[in-house]
This record gives sequence, structure tokens and C-alpha cells, in this order.
Amino acid sequence: MNIVTPVNELTPKDFATDQEVRWCPGCGDYAILKAMQRTLADIGAKRENTVFVSGIGCAARFPYYMATYGFHTIHGRAPAFGTGIKLANPDLDVWVVTGDGDALSIGGNHLLHVLRRNVNLQVLLFNNEIYGLTKGQYSPASRAGTRSPSTPWGSIENPVSAAALALGAGGRFVARSVDTMQKHLGEMFKRAHDHNGTSFVEIFQNCIVFNNDIFADFTAKDIADEAQIILEHGQPLIFGKERTRGLRVRPGFFELEAVTIGEDGVEEKDILVHDETNRALAGMLALMEPPTMPVALGVLYCYPTPSYEDGVKDHFDEAKAHNPGGDINKLLRRGHTWTVTG
Amino acid sequence: MRRDQLGSAVVRFAGDSGDGMQFAGSQFTQSTALSGNDLATFPDFPAEIRAPAGTTFGVSAFQINFGDDTIQTPGDACDMVVVMNPAALKVELPELLPGGLVVVDTGTFTERNLHKAHYESSPLEDGTLDAYRVIKLDISAMTLEAVKSMDLGKKESLRCKNMWALGFVYWMYARDRQPTLDWLNEKFVKKPELAEANITALNAGHAFGETAEMPHDIHGFSIGKADIEPGQYRTVTGAEALSWGLVCGANLIGLQMTFCSYPITPATPILHILSNLMEYDVLTFQAEDEIAAICSAIGASYAGSLGVTSSSGPGIALKTEAMGLAISAELPLLIINSQRAGPSTGLPTKTEQSDLYQAVYGRNADSPLVVISARSPADCFDVAIEAIQLSTKYMTPVILMTDGYIGNAAEPWRIPDMDTYEKKPVQFSTDPEGFKPFLRDEKTLARPWAIPGTPGLEHRIGGLEKDYDTGHISYDPANHQRMTDMRAAKINGIANDIPPQGVEEGGTQGKLAVVGWGSTYGAINRAVSTVRGDGLDVAHIHLRHIWPMAANLGELLAGFDQVLVPELNTGQLVTLIRDKFLIDAVSLSKVSGQPFKISEIEAAIRERLESQT
Ligand code: SF4
Repeated sequence: MNIVTPVNELTPKDFATDQEVRWCPGCGDYAILKAMQRTLADIGAKRENTVFVSGIGCAARFPYYMATYGFHTIHGRAPAFGTGIKLANPDLDVWVVTGDGDALSIGGNHLLHVLRRNVNLQVLLFNNEIYGLTKGQYSPASRAGTRSPSTPWGSIENPVSAAALALGAGGRFVARSVDTMQKHLGEMFKRAHDHNGTSFVEIFQNCIVFNNDIFADFTAKDIADEAQIILEHGQPLIFGKERTRGLRVRPGFFELEAVTIGEDGVEEKDILVHDETNRALAGMLALMEPPTMPVALGVLYCYPTPSYEDGVKDHFDEAKAHNPGGDINKLLRRGHTWTVTG
Repeated sequence: MRRDQLGSAVVRFAGDSGDGMQFAGSQFTQSTALSGNDLATFPDFPAEIRAPAGTTFGVSAFQINFGDDTIQTPGDACDMVVVMNPAALKVELPELLPGGLVVVDTGTFTERNLHKAHYESSPLEDGTLDAYRVIKLDISAMTLEAVKSMDLGKKESLRCKNMWALGFVYWMYARDRQPTLDWLNEKFVKKPELAEANITALNAGHAFGETAEMPHDIHGFSIGKADIEPGQYRTVTGAEALSWGLVCGANLIGLQMTFCSYPITPATPILHILSNLMEYDVLTFQAEDEIAAICSAIGASYAGSLGVTSSSGPGIALKTEAMGLAISAELPLLIINSQRAGPSTGLPTKTEQSDLYQAVYGRNADSPLVVISARSPADCFDVAIEAIQLSTKYMTPVILMTDGYIGNAAEPWRIPDMDTYEKKPVQFSTDPEGFKPFLRDEKTLARPWAIPGTPGLEHRIGGLEKDYDTGHISYDPANHQRMTDMRAAKINGIANDIPPQGVEEGGTQGKLAVVGWGSTYGAINRAVSTVRGDGLDVAHIHLRHIWPMAANLGELLAGFDQVLVPELNTGQLVTLIRDKFLIDAVSLSKVSGQPFKISEIEAAIRERLESQT
């Protein structure tokens, strides 16, 4: 076993600020904050090199509670600020913290483009399927029929699937976790951090005040084992309390089905093995929903390619090799000039 | 051969978008600059990218004013127009002075082309041109004849028409062909047959002038050299000067520039120019929209680069909320507005100065920032450098106002030696001892610039109100009052740092001050010098600093009986001046999408002074 000397001695506490946390008691955000502070200590992150960038919403308060650099910006635009930060200094470790209203509604365009460009930063989407800070209106992630102050008759809109949208936008790293799954959440943060390019992590987060238990259909203790599947690269897609449930391709169809090993002639070898580099599989996993299918948690997709900053650096190097020195007096005299003598 | 001596001349080349009029115009400009004249140019593009050939809305024109004295504008009206088809004649004839010269390519005056230009009968025959002197030349046929040995095909051959016409105009004004010959050889280095064809056409047009029998009242012209300050010169458009000013400004403060923009007319040339300057530490980023453009620029500034965004009025409107954040977070940021005619999509390729209210007032809440404006293409260079210095020194967004006219117009520019400029590298905060992110410098009231990556200075900022002392979020009423006052005081204090307002022309007191800003500079200046030549007691004052205004401006204006404010809007600066100084300033407004003519300003000045006597 390798003994790894810790690169720095910071503890989770060293990543906490002295600011009073202002989320409602019992809010899922507390658990996410805790997981993040622990993760940064675990990975030996440097406070001065870490930047949390957020938009507007409950989740957007996150930077104030991290003893790193933090920028609380405007509604929906955090990915754009994050992109600018990485353009200016690619060495910074940038975490964009956003919510379902912030990222999927007002900021939908920026989420699409940061993923498409593959800027090397982490996007953490705290999905609580509701607008919390403005007091409980339905969000683009709310399920059809959601009753809220602005939809007293129930919402008539179809919700967007954040993970499917991230994949569709060309995201190269898409993962999911749940606020209460401390260990798993921390692992997802680490994986996201290690990935070169945009990493997208959707965190199912309970809003105890306006949308309590909205994820209970797959997170409640008594049913969680049957209603969720934890993905692991290279491992069979098996779930259930007895580990007898699994996913396979429905014979004759291009779709997944949940089956029980040992029933209807299903054997363990029929169960699909998770391949996080397979985009088609990731797409199908992202769309699974209870009650017929378990909710997929873990890394749905990871297929790194060079990041946007890698490309920018290549161009810089090329341009500077082409014209070393960058003498600005020369620039001003490019092309046609003439001299007037006295 | 007889040549008539002229003081100055205004020549306009006009043809179909595909006729290469911009090339002809810019070549004529180079050659004219080399022959020692002062000059100003204005390219007039159609709004459509590829308008159908032969239509009036597909006409592309290039105007140049050149002479042996200072030239301030591209000229009110033309002494000569070169028209390559009936549509160009239709569009350009109103620009021509009575008795002016028209050079017409008769080869294009076919029934079909006349119809497309909405001529019922041929203007060459029906008396339309009686008030002008007309040189009818079948340029099309003569070009085909000249290049026929080159085996190019008719279409390619006819593309040399612009060079034939240019050769002829070179003869008329005794210009040197060599720079254009060199340029053609360079441009077509990979297609020598095209270089040869164009050169042959150019020489043929020139030879035609030398040998042909001209009508008795038509001669060549000569124009004396202007008295020009010695030095190395080039022509620059506003977009070039502004781009280079940004590069030099960033270089002087020792920062990489991150230029984030979204394509919009007429701002885009700046993005194009800067995209080619990576070796000068310029990073350009084409964002997904106007909002992302400004937000990424702010992010870049936050992380220690010089964030710049550039757009035109409609795009600036979209950036408004983010500007508020930059004001609240007190970060350097440059916002360039290449104004165009509006509201809404308006006239995207036509010029206007109607975004002044937007720049000064156009945000939610009390959100002051710096507004600074360029007066001419070359002036963009200095203004960009100053804007960068103000922005970083005072940790504030600065809006730099230019317009479509300045951006596209060109003038000769004495190239500065950047080694003579003072380098003032930005000092980021590094000392954790007593560091507070919003603790202000006593003199400038600017907060420190502490960038991520600096150990010990970790802090959080954002759009929520901050405590004056600690920089933490604060909802305290008295603190909000104090911070609002401070933000205003910081910007107002800049009035004492910028140079006092000077007078361009005339004295510091008198009967009438003509106060302008931006691209109206040339027309106002010319008009004021003309009426002063007639003995009128008038001065020209031109503002670079729109907000805050120079500290002495109120006192200066108080020295005049009347104040006239010409603007390409319905009266925005005039409202600001009336409001700020409680004086009865009067507006001269124009919003036709065209710049002021000198004569319009002159007439307004005379009218003001007469109404007073
Ligand atoms: S409103 Fe909901 S999401 Fe917001 S802090 Fe309260 S519990 Fe958390």
C-alpha cells in the first residue's frame, strides 16, 4: 500500500467561513456544503486557488460559506463568469454552484454553451425542483401538475431532465448524487474535480420548506434500494436490497428494462455492464424514472477531450511562435505607412 | 497639359456591392496620403450582405475629402462622383454639387439595369444630368478590351473595372499608381494572372486619361501638399485605432486583455481585428450572447485580466444588469458601444449618437460609472488608453462611446512611439495584513484589486450590498446609504483627475459656444472656423468626458451668452448640460442616419447669433 503524504494539512473546518449560514434549518444545502468542505480537505485543495462562482437563488449563497475565493454574481450567468475566470487564469479551480431555476431557466443558454465548449470547471446543479428564494414557484424541473403560488391549478409544463440536457449539450462528464448521500456525493465531487473539461453534477436536494420529500419516491430509506441504482464503471447494472434487480436491453427494442435475476429466465450474464464512456447508454440511464425504473446515480458519462482552455493555449503558443516578442510599435506599423519630412 | 489647381476635392466612388468600390476608394486614399494631402474618408455600405446586383439598395460607396489644408470631415457634398451603374447614379446624384463632375460607365446602362434602378428613360439622354458635367465612358467595354489577351473569361475580366476607373481618376488628380501596383502584386501573389489583369486595367484607365480628347471644360486637377506635422503616418479606421488602443492600453498597465463579444453591426470589426492579435496577449472570446460576453469579461477582470466587452446599443441594453454587478463589485471593465441608429434594430449600418442617456442613466438603481467618448477614428486610440487607465485606477466599469461612422471612417494618423508612453503596471493586493476587500484608497476611493490565486486574501464578493469596513454582506440601512454615497463620490471624484475641459477653437468666453461630443467633431470644428473667419464670436468645445464631466465645464460654459449643442439624437447631451449647469443650452438635432453637414451647423450658428441681435 502506498503511503501518501498529505499535500496540505487543511481540514474541512479550514474551508468554512465565519459567516452565519442562512439556509432554512433542515435544508439539503447544509449537507452539500459539508460534503464539499470535506472533499476539498481530502483532495488537498488550496484555498487561494479555489473559486466558487454562483448565480442567484438559495444555492447561490454557497460561496459565502466557503473560505476560498467566491463570486456571487447575477441570475443564471455563473457559467459565463466562470468561463471568464478560466480564460484569465486557467490554473484556478472553479466550481460553479447553481440551482434548477438558475441553470435551467434563466441561465439555460449559458449552461448549454459552457458544456459545449468544455471549459475546465465543475458545474454543481442543486436540483430541488422549485424556486426557493422567491418562495415556492414551480421551476423548469418541477413535475407536471406541481401546485405552487404561480400554478394554483397545477403546472401544465413538462419538466426538463438536467442530466439529459447536459448530455445533449455535449457535456463530457455527467454525474448525479443526492444531498443525503454524503460519501457518494464526496466521490462525485472528486471525480468531477479530476475531470479535464466541464463536469456536470446534478445533486437532488431537498427543499424542506417548499418542496419537501419531492425525491422521496427514490430516496426514502425503505424504498431507496429498489428505486435507485448506483452506477459503477465496469460493474454490472445491478440494484435492489438483495442485489437481484438489474438493467438489460429489452430484447427486440432499443431501450432498457429493469429485470429480476432468476425470474423469467433472466440470468446475471444478461445484465448490462456499465460503461461510462458510452454516450447512448448514458442517455438512456439519464431518463430512467420511478416507478418502472430506478433513478441512476453516479457517473453516467465520462469521456474526456481537450478542454476549451487547452485549445486557447495552443492558439496562444502558435501565435507567439509566429511573432515572438509582440512588439507593439511593430503592430502599429503593420501594413502601409509613409513618412512626412519637415 | 492643363491642370486646374484646387484647394480640396471630394470624390465619391459608387457602384454595385460586387464592383470593388471599397478597394478602389482605399487605394485612392493611400495614394492621396502619399502625395501629401490631408484627408478624411467615409465608406458607405449597404445594409444587405449580398443585395441583388444592380439595385439601389445594393449600392456601395466610398467618399474621400482631400486637400492642401486641414481636412476634418469626408465632405458635405461631392465635387465628383464615379458611378459604375444606373443604380449608383440614382443614389449618388443628390450628393453631387451643381456643376460637379460625373464619370459614368455607360456600358452598364442597359434597359434591364435602368429598370432595376427605377429609371423610366436613360438619365444619360433625358436631361437628368443637365446641371452637371458628365464624362461618359464605356468602362466595361474598355476594361474587356484592355485585358482581352489574358484569357480570363468575361466575368473575371469585368471585375477589373474598378481598377480601370481608378486609373482614370488617378490621372485626373495626378496620383501615383505605384502603391496600388505594389498592393495588387501582393494581394494576388498566388494568382499572378489576376494581378496582371488588374494592373493592365489600371494602366489602361490612366493611359486613356492621358491620351483621350476630353470635353473642352474638363481638365485634370492638381492639389498642393498640406502642411502636415513630420512623422511616420498610416491611415486608420476607428475600429483599428480603437483595437490597437486597447492592446497598447493593456500593455501599458501590464495586463493580458480578455475581450469578450458577440457579433453585432457595427461593432464587429473590433472583434475581428483583435482576434488576430493573440501574440500581443489578447484573448478574444466570442460568447453565446451579449450577456455572456459581459459576464465573461467581468469574470476575467475578477481573475486579474483586463475584461473588455464591445457591442452596439441593443446589445448594450442586454448587458445592463451585469454592468450593475461590476459597479457593485467594483471591478475594472471596459464596455465599448459602437452606436447605431435606433430604437430597436433601427438602421444598423447608419450612425447616430442616441445612446448617451443609456450610457449615463440606463441602469436600475443608483449605479454611476464613467462614460468617455471618441471624436474621430484616430482619437479612438488615445481614448481607449485613457479608458483602461481610469477603469483600473478607480476599479470601475467605463463605457467608451464610439459610433458606426467613426468605426468605418479612416483618416491619416501620425503613429505614436509607444516607448515614449509611461508604463504603469497594475499593482494587485498581496498583503494579507489588514486586508479587507472593500477598504478604499483614501484618495481615489477605489477598493483593492485582490485576485484569486493570492494566498491569504481569500474573500467573497457579489452583488449584495457590502459592509463598508469588512466587505461582508450587509443589510444595514445606514451602511447602504454610505456605500451608495461612496460609489457616487468615487466616480464624481474622477472629474478632478481628468484634464480640464479645453476649447478647440475660439476663446474661453464669447457670444456662442458650440458644444459637441463624439463623431460630430469634424463638422462642428469646420463650421466654427468658417464662421470665425467671418468675424463671428463663436467657440467650439468638444467633450471627451461625458460622465463625470470635467470639473471646470460649468464655469467655462457660463462664459458664453449662448450654448448650442449639435447631436445626432433628439437632444441628449443638451439635456444633461441643462440639468447639470442650469443653463439654457439649445439643441441642434439630426437623426437621419447621416452625419452632420458642415453647412447645417454653420447655418444653425448664424441663426442663433442673428436671433440674438
Ligand atoms: S427555501 Fe428550500 S432550498 Fe431554500 S434554503 Fe429554504 S429549504 Fe433550502
